[in-house]
Amino acid sequence: MGLDFSVIPPFYGTLALGVLWTIAITATSAVLSFFGGILLAVVALYGPLVVRLPFRFVSWLFMGTPLLLQLFLIYFGLAQIGVDLPAFVAGVIGLGFHYAVYNSELIQTAMVAVDKGQMEAARTLGLSRRQALMRVVVPQAVRDVLPPIGNNMIALLKDSALVSVIGVSELTLSAQLAIGRTYRPFEFYAAAAVLYYVINLGMEAVLRGFEKRNRLSR
Amino acid sequence: MTQTHPFVEIRHAQKSYGKLEVLKDISLTVERGQIVAIIGPSGSGKSTLLRAINDLDPLTAGEVWLDGLQVNKALPHRQYENHINEMRQQIGMVFQHFNLFPHLTVRENVTMAPKLLKTISDKEADTLAEEQLDHVGMLERIDYYPSQLSGGQKQRVAIARALAMKPKLMLFDEATSALDPELVEEVNLVMKKLAEEHMTMIIVTHEMDFAASVCDRVIFMDKGLVVEEGPPELVFKNPTQERTQNFLRKHLEGAK
Repeated sequence: MGLDFSVIPPFYGTLALGVLWTIAITATSAVLSFFGGILLAVVALYGPLVVRLPFRFVSWLFMGTPLLLQLFLIYFGLAQIGVDLPAFVAGVIGLGFHYAVYNSELIQTAMVAVDKGQMEAARTLGLSRRQALMRVVVPQAVRDVLPPIGNNMIALLKDSALVSVIGVSELTLSAQLAIGRTYRPFEFYAAAAVLYYVINLGMEAVLRGFEKRNRLSR
Repeated sequence: MTQTHPFVEIRHAQKSYGKLEVLKDISLTVERGQIVAIIGPSGSGKSTLLRAINDLDPLTAGEVWLDGLQVNKALPHRQYENHINEMRQQIGMVFQHFNLFPHLTVRENVTMAPKLLKTISDKEADTLAEEQLDHVGMLERIDYYPSQLSGGQKQRVAIARALAMKPKLMLFDEATSALDPELVEEVNLVMKKLAEEHMTMIIVTHEMDFAASVCDRVIFMDKGLVVEEGPPELVFKNPTQERTQNFLRKHLEGAK
């Protein structure tokens, strides 16, 4: 059976919807992983022990186990004990927290590396520790690790394909739907790959924009 | 009590790190509007003493008072945090390495603390920034980032940032030590200007000429003790203590 890409156009709509869902779940998870990462980092470094230890445990759980398994656990596992989350929400929680943990590791390292004089100067002006952290230390730490956080976000985009297994009709699942109707796996998986690549390019452009805005402020 | 108290008072300040005693029972007072220089060899404890005044380096024992209030009052943790934040708003500090916030513009550096801590509008904040930056001659750079400034300019912005909180007392921790020689003067001029406006200042410095020309009183510290203190003409011209004489001789030789 030869290749025939003319099977694709009838499924433009399906694929386009898949692209939209992929962007939606990636963007939502990215935002959650970014702010979650900051929160986890601050708690890991400055939180009281009673909060720090459970946070550490959850971090370890998210880092030390497969993302696919986490998605199963959040979607199917929680449903079994009565927490019935929509697939999209379960996907965002899984992806978002998974990458929040990775972002938090980066942000923690950068926070420790921010010059001690910054905290001192802020405290000297009368800022509370929390204000000094959120206004002075965290923004500089985040700025310093924006490129590696960007890499995490691109990994997140690619891992978003995993949520197809819990039934979020994102790009990969859309391609599979089309394949189910046409028995043309090569054409549709290739089309999905191209579309992922294009989303990736767009995402890199957005990230570069953020980094450029930060160039002067160091 | 109607008894008058000194504006700044340090009572029996002691500080040790393990067995190392950095400050050994130091007491001193500074009157309102006075300008006091603290000089001494490195390791003498002068920066530690300065940093104890706003509790950046808490004392092991002893008290610090500002305008009738104890800065390092013993309070439960939460209350102490609120208390010290309020006290610190009244005490400006300028550091050797400027410590400007690199992620903020000059304007934002100046307005961040007033905006967060005093309920002022954006417009008032802008006016405040313009006033303070004009005062230190940095108004033209108001929308620059610190990375675009020279060391002397950074330090002048740092002074404006401290002054924007309208402090009662200014602490200078070797404010010109990290500067290229040709940039020292612009910062000294700003400090002189503050002196003329009768800002109370405590200045840790290595610059004897500046201390002599600006300060009302000079305190010479060595090994955690105040060895000698008095008006600059006395301490610099006729020091009575041998340690002061040695220090000044070495310093003058070094300057040549």
